[in-house]
Amino acid sequence: MKWDVVIGLEVHVQLNTKTKAFCACSTQYGAEPNTQVCPVCLGYPGALPVLNEELVRSAVAAGIATHSKIRTKSQFSRKNYFYPDLPKGYQISQYDDPICYDGYVEIENEGKKKKIGLIRIHMEEDSGKSLHSESGTLIDLNRSGVPLLEIVSQPEIHSPQEAYAYLTTIKQRLRYTGISNCNMEEGSLRCDANISLKPAGSPAFGTRTELKNLNSFRNVERALTFEINRQKELLESGGTITQATLLWDEQKQETRQMRGKEESHDYRYFPEPDLPPVLITEDFIQNLRMQLPEMPDLRKERFIDKYDMLEDDAAVLTNEKEIADYFENLVKLFPNNVKLARHWVQGEILRILKEQNLSAGQIPIKASHLAELLQFVDRQDITPQTGKAVLDEMCATGKSAAIIIDEKALMKIADSGELSTIIDKIIQNSPKESARYRSGKIQLLAYFIGQVMKATKGQADQGITRKLLIEKLGPVTEG
Amino acid sequence: MRIDRKELEHIAALARLELNEDEILQSAEQLSQILDYMSVINELDLTDCETLSHSIGQENVSRPDELKPGLPVKEVLENAPEALPPYFKVPRVIE
Repeated sequence: MKWDVVIGLEVHVQLNTKTKAFCACSTQYGAEPNTQVCPVCLGYPGALPVLNEELVRSAVAAGIATHSKIRTKSQFSRKNYFYPDLPKGYQISQYDDPICYDGYVEIENEGKKKKIGLIRIHMEEDSGKSLHSESGTLIDLNRSGVPLLEIVSQPEIHSPQEAYAYLTTIKQRLRYTGISNCNMEEGSLRCDANISLKPAGSPAFGTRTELKNLNSFRNVERALTFEINRQKELLESGGTITQATLLWDEQKQETRQMRGKEESHDYRYFPEPDLPPVLITEDFIQNLRMQLPEMPDLRKERFIDKYDMLEDDAAVLTNEKEIADYFENLVKLFPNNVKLARHWVQGEILRILKEQNLSAGQIPIKASHLAELLQFVDRQDITPQTGKAVLDEMCATGKSAAIIIDEKALMKIADSGELSTIIDKIIQNSPKESARYRSGKIQLLAYFIGQVMKATKGQADQGITRKLLIEKLGPVTEG
Repeated sequence: MRIDRKELEHIAALARLELNEDEILQSAEQLSQILDYMSVINELDLTDCETLSHSIGQENVSRPDELKPGLPVKEVLENAPEALPPYFKVPRVIE
């Protein structure tokens, strides 16, 4: 039997604000437990929340980045439930009037582009953290009140691969706006998934399950794949799906039902009386729109046109804003050869980041320093091979390209006289190879080029070397 | 409107309240009375009224994103019935 897979994703994003949503406590990750708390986020009676204006700005920025409509008047609600990591007994969230609604992002999966709708983006506060020990539960309220955006997609995702592409796109766009690092390890991006199956073409949705604890994009993909198969097998063997909240067990690579959560919560939402409504003007939105950087999809298109590159290359360069900025900076300083610049950023800079486990914002070479190095490569003063070694040296020592090239005398040997002497010596020392070459084994030319490169530490000009070798080895007798 | 026993037990469970038999009966009765009392308002025709969530007419009250130090841990834990510094401690929550 054929099934349609229906997936909706809820993404929680922690924002880069300095302070919490409704009080001036720090949001810094990793601080000592209960050192970033005050009467407001401890939920003391009588303490009043005051909205962080940066939270509103971030929410509107997220809305703009996802083609969402921005609500002119939105307000907060209380979501009531009792749990020790929520000292007030309610979470301040948004219910009826989320600040952003009706947006979309365009994803690309297996070469096909597709729009995924967003139902809403709303502002809310995080809860504290619980640690369960044998004798009790320990509570750290540093995270209590940290601002979050919850981004809810339409159930328009139809495979685990699309879910992966959707998350990548959301993360990329939010990172471009600068409102969040979207770092899953630090919990600044969290994801829950709703998933159901229905007979292919059927208009009615099937019963869904909710997956939690998905702490990496790959885990989302794996957990969804597992859950689709589980539901499929159950349905095809005549069973029915029960609505449930499931946890993804990373070790066992399977989903299992959460214990003790059968009761569907009755949150009794009502308007938060302590926080007046938030009004957003068209001016505010336009102003913010102007401050936001070009979004990755537009930037990619521009790179293709302006720098005459293939879509795949443009995608690599614009994947992270910092890399795209670096490239454009480099091209400004070194406009002579854009193709060379692209090649070096894509090949060498990304290699160095990967090798040294650095993020895109931590490129260890200034664009101006790379520009200087590329001048040497572009003029063919040094071979590309030497250039790469110089770049590594620049990373390690912080010295400029010119200094390294000068100190190590790395300039390319393009002088026929000097190369001539070296080549003569090599031919003299390889009588067997020379003879075989002359008797028709012309592949041995590569051997000789290799010897010259070895003798010159890669600094010999390839073209000249080749020409001189052919001359000096003499004519080849066929057969 | 009647609050029956089942509804009351559900509300008590959400509020994490443990009620004895007398309290259950009494609370159900009292809650029912309160709802009856409030139901007077339901007789008004409010179809054209926007829901009023704030009565003082304030809008856009916010603060700049500027840091202030929190409380010292000692003070934070001072009122806690139980603590394992620097943590609060509560009865074990079964997940």
